[in-house]
Amino acid sequence: MSASTTAVPAGDLVRTAFAGYLLGLADDSLILAQRLGEWVTRAPQIEEDIALANIALDLLGQARTLLACAGKVEGLGRDEDDLAFLRDEREFRNVQLVEIPNGDFAVTMARQLIFSGYQYELYRALLTSTDPMLAGLAAKAVKEVAYHRDHAVQWVRRLGDGTDESHTRMQTGLDHTWPYVEELFERAPGVAALPRIAADPASLRPAWDSFIGTVIAEATLTIPQPTWRARGGRAGYHTEYLGHLLPEMQYLHRAHPGASW
Amino acid sequence: MTIPPGTTTATARRGWPLWEVFVRARRGLSHQHLGSLHAPDAAMALRNARDVYTRRGEGVSIWVVPSAAISASSPDEKDSFFEPAMDKAYRHPSFYDVPDGVSHL
Repeated sequence: MSASTTAVPAGDLVRTAFAGYLLGLADDSLILAQRLGEWVTRAPQIEEDIALANIALDLLGQARTLLACAGKVEGLGRDEDDLAFLRDEREFRNVQLVEIPNGDFAVTMARQLIFSGYQYELYRALLTSTDPMLAGLAAKAVKEVAYHRDHAVQWVRRLGDGTDESHTRMQTGLDHTWPYVEELFERAPGVAALPRIAADPASLRPAWDSFIGTVIAEATLTIPQPTWRARGGRAGYHTEYLGHLLPEMQYLHRAHPGASW
Repeated sequence: MTIPPGTTTATARRGWPLWEVFVRARRGLSHQHLGSLHAPDAAMALRNARDVYTRRGEGVSIWVVPSAAISASSPDEKDSFFEPAMDKAYRHPSFYDVPDGVSHL
């Protein structure tokens, strides 16, 4: 940011920060919903197919509420569809964890454990947000995410403490996704301008560490010690994978603007 | 983990065992059989049942039972099991006047 931003009235700074914060939360849910949707017809069993689609739809519902609200706060006349389908890669504010490919089922479950564990703490913290929309969304979403987290926990336990093959794959899944953990708890730009409205990501870490640590120990797995870490998603820097995900997600809306069922 | 009785290594190799799903729609009603699904164990069967059968708010309680634990009457025994009941009208409570105010009889 240039020095001239200090000249912007405090109200506008807060508005920009709030719109950005909402977009970050929305994009996390939106992009992960798209990724989980890729499992449909490809899950190990039809029951798991339905379970993953249910989780994806919960996330999509959260994203719609957040995007609609972000559009209003932003005040540029963009609705939820404009924000979901007409932004390009650099305008997406999601963490990189949610955009990485599904990998095998163990990679997806590792990502689900990490992310739903984070979202659970996030929505619990937002229950007391002074913004009525965020508090209301959190009250609904925390129940949904409690189930997402439980679903991941069940699988991580079974795969980790299962056969040699499932144990190896589950550990590989954790190793693959762990470099993306730090970014979740990084203080996003603008959060400091939103006391009592937003949840400081760093404050969610201790509860997450404690819960995830217990699950991983029960699953006879080891917490990875990655040698690198992802960063930059909240500022619009993404992996190459988001660039391939977006055309598939946005194709219909861009090819047929305003189309409806 | 609870492996349901009746699960052979053959079924385990082919895939997950089958479970019968019973859902109670609301308080005061009994659980009703809705269908069946595959799951590796009881805890996962409950979760799968939640996803497959109660997505639209259909239930307040779920039971899952290993299909292999259910003993069923055989179609071959249909005549000896059920036919003799057909002509015994006196077994039906249709010879009483139901008092006013008695509902759900």
